Amino acid sequence: MTEAFASQQEKTPKIELRGVKKSFGSKHVLNGIDLSVPKGSSLVIIGGSGTGKSVMLKCVLGLIHPDAGEVLIDGQDTSHLRGRKRDAVMGKFGMLFQGGALFDSLQIWENVAFGLIQGKGVSRKDAYDIAIEKLRAVGLPSRVAKLLPAELSGGMQKRVGLARAIAANPEIIFFDEPTTGLDPIMADVINDLIIETSKGLGATTLSITHDMHSARKIADDIAMIYKGEIIWHGKAADVDHSGNPYVEQFIKGSAEGPIKMEI
Amino acid sequence: MSAQNPVPPRLHRFGNGFLDLSETIGHSTIRFFASVGRLAEFAGRAIVNLFTPPWFGRQIARQFVDIGYYSLAVVGLTTLFSGMVLALQSYTGFARFNAEGAIANVVALSITRELAPVLAGLMVAGRIGASIAAEIGTMRVTEQIDALTTLSVNPFKYLVVPRILAGTLIMPVLVLIGDIIGIFGGFLVSIYRLGFNAHHYVDQTIQFLEPIDVISGLVKAAVFGFIVTLMGCYNGYNSERGAQGVGAATTNAVVSASILILIFNYLLTQIFFS
Repeated sequence: MTEAFASQQEKTPKIELRGVKKSFGSKHVLNGIDLSVPKGSSLVIIGGSGTGKSVMLKCVLGLIHPDAGEVLIDGQDTSHLRGRKRDAVMGKFGMLFQGGALFDSLQIWENVAFGLIQGKGVSRKDAYDIAIEKLRAVGLPSRVAKLLPAELSGGMQKRVGLARAIAANPEIIFFDEPTTGLDPIMADVINDLIIETSKGLGATTLSITHDMHSARKIADDIAMIYKGEIIWHGKAADVDHSGNPYVEQFIKGSAEGPIKMEI
Repeated sequence: MSAQNPVPPRLHRFGNGFLDLSETIGHSTIRFFASVGRLAEFAGRAIVNLFTPPWFGRQIARQFVDIGYYSLAVVGLTTLFSGMVLALQSYTGFARFNAEGAIANVVALSITRELAPVLAGLMVAGRIGASIAAEIGTMRVTEQIDALTTLSVNPFKYLVVPRILAGTLIMPVLVLIGDIIGIFGGFLVSIYRLGFNAHHYVDQTIQFLEPIDVISGLVKAAVFGFIVTLMGCYNGYNSERGAQGVGAATTNAVVSASILILIFNYLLTQIFFS
């Protein structure tokens, strides 16, 4: 009985989107997204600018409420949760923002420990120790702990953002354009850290990016979004022979093809 | 054949112009009421969060210092010079019909009822309203507000409640200090510039000043403090992207708070003294 229950649990996708739609005024951004991410795996969504990647991510996070459809986390619809129940779901999440989104008035360690101190009521002393440990996990020495975010380079800020995202040992980690704005070497360092930290936690990850190098490296599965719909979904290894003209144009980075840029 | 063209060209153009005009008026009216509605919803959310745990003590304390302590100099200087100029002006005016004796009353009444709360409110709108809108607006634009949410911290409780709470509670204290400094400014000019008797002046001030004069000013101050911090938070929270968005949010916060202060000043005066 319990075994059957456990195997049922294994089969339930960690994250599932069913027919998610979202419009802003007359602009239809998401036109019915269906997607699922199995527990412990890594899905990377690729797509050009303005195709709805960020809006989709924010719908899963609960920062934007979808107009229609369901967002299921561990099989439970979360799209209409508020208050304490929403907080409980948020507790499973960690998020690395594109620009880092570090709190610029707080020291580095306070940034990393923020969710622990303010959200979970961990004492400042214990939170400090955890922050130092997480900073070390992303390759930062403890002497940066007392600095302010503005005193760090872009790559270091990304690392702090990652340390903050994993501070509370989340079950699901979201990455929003994790390598944008970094030089190729630093981008690869961040890719390695993403793999290392998420595998270390056994976390499920959902990333959006338009950096194919990063996508190939961190993804188990890749999905492509175009005009608010998922037009291809498959194994990361299959992305180079997808047979889908949209995907082929995107990974080649060619201006010629079915995708026309609206200038 | 001309009957087939029902509207002469000139009249047609007039018709279009009229339609454009009514359309513009209609649209702006709808926009106005929509933004009033959004503001009311925002204020409601702020008040609900004000009375429900958790509270962020550190943030609240920091805002009391930022809004209260650091505004002392601005409010003090404003009311000091207002009291001084009031004494000077009323002297030159009242001397025309030998009513110089009323200066002490005029200074005390004007400062406590009107000048201290309104001028302090406007100065704080410029100082605090702008900085709140710019800070929260920048946090919105750089996704720091979204980051708060993902870290299970309610941005209303962390950012909005401490500012509104501190603004509403500390403004009456600022204005009370402003009252004292303003009346003292009038006293200085009357004694050292106009040659009044100090004892007599103080006597007159105390004798004619009613508690309601001071209390009405302090109630106004609390309302103005609420308005300034609410408008700062609301405009910052709904800031558009980019430097331009934050700039517009800051301007809107100061302008809307200043106008609302003047409107509510009239309404509150009518409630208290009619």
